[in-house]
Amino acid sequence: MAELHVELVAADRSVWSGEATLVVARTESGDIGVMPGHQPLLGVLQSGPVTIRTSDGGTVVAAVHGGFISFADDKLSVLAEIAELAEEIDVERAQQDLERARANEDAIAERRAEVRLIAATGTR
Amino acid sequence: MGAQLRVYKRRIKSITATKKITKAMEMIAASRIVKAQRQVQASAPYATELTRAVTAVATGSNTKHPLTTEAENPTRAAVLLVTSDRGLAGGYSSNAIKAADRLTERLRSEGKEVDHYIVGRKGVAYYGFRERPVVESWTGFTDKPSYADAKSVAAPLIEAVQKDTADGGVDELHIVFTEFVSMMTQSPVDNRLLPLSLDEAAKESATAKSAAGAAGGEILPLYDFEPSAEGVLDALLPRYVESRIYNAMLQAAASEHAARRRAMKSATDNAGDLVKSLSRLANAARQAEITQEISEIVGGASALADATAGSD
Repeated sequence: MAELHVELVAADRSVWSGEATLVVARTESGDIGVMPGHQPLLGVLQSGPVTIRTSDGGTVVAAVHGGFISFADDKLSVLAEIAELAEEIDVERAQQDLERARANEDAIAERRAEVRLIAATGTR
Repeated sequence: MGAQLRVYKRRIKSITATKKITKAMEMIAASRIVKAQRQVQASAPYATELTRAVTAVATGSNTKHPLTTEAENPTRAAVLLVTSDRGLAGGYSSNAIKAADRLTERLRSEGKEVDHYIVGRKGVAYYGFRERPVVESWTGFTDKPSYADAKSVAAPLIEAVQKDTADGGVDELHIVFTEFVSMMTQSPVDNRLLPLSLDEAAKESATAKSAAGAAGGEILPLYDFEPSAEGVLDALLPRYVESRIYNAMLQAAASEHAARRRAMKSATDNAGDLVKSLSRLANAARQAEITQEISEIVGGASALADATAGSD
């Protein structure tokens, strides 16, 4: 099966890289799924979970806050200012952040906490 | 103890204490260089991917974007100068400031007004003392900048670039920082961030195209933009500027630590030399004192002997 090489990089570190069969990310105009052989693409991402189906059958979920997806020659890179893998996210803290953001009516922080929760718990 | 000797002893003591401090600072700086260098490396993948994406959009589409096209008659330029918050780093800050002065002069000779933006307390103090106007300045994070810091620095700059020149906007954006070449070499450099000079990128793609035409092989990928080329460029360029500023600040931080390590190393060495030469002087003074005491005792004893011999 064809594979694509994925690089998930945040501004200050490389978060994840490896081979995958499918990457789903949320762009400004909706969710987009990229499989090997996709047309070259450059898109603006919204805050949202990025799901990577790795070639060994596993799934990697990351919370990505803003950024870009670029794909060419079966190489895909997700560039984000902030990116966290699901297993790195502290669910309790994200929950607290969410409550605090709601209390302060901080829409950006609220969305960020929501995305982290979605990525960490796998529910939409 | 003689007065001379006491003075020497006191100076040796104070220099030894100073030496301990400079030695400690040297070692702290040395350990921080490694950390700062690691950060520079960690930020590299993001910067390279971003540069590639920007090049791809700018060459792959015919979009005219204010951030990429050169103004026909540029009249105002912004210069971002990265210095340090703390001194004791040799010529680190003053070299960067001098480079900024040279750049300012060059831009002025080209008929452009220059707006200064400054990072680091040393630069702010230099401009403040000379009462030169500074549009905006930031302090407090130069030895360990985070991406959020870079973002806060980039925000007003991007805003200034996007504004019309008539409303106080700028046509060009330059950055002056100290490049980390190696542990021993750091050199101040000035780079033009905007408008993006795509000359190199365009040249590369042109040669690639002609080579491809000759070989009949591959051409640059024709990207599908989501939502649109303009939209992507709008979102991409501010991130690009932020990432470049972040990279510059990280390199400057590494350079600052390297410069401080070198300055502190030479201070420690000098203190060692001073202690050595002062110890020599102190030894001589002590010896002179002893000699004098002996001759006094001998003189006194012989005077006494003479006196008793005379009374007999």
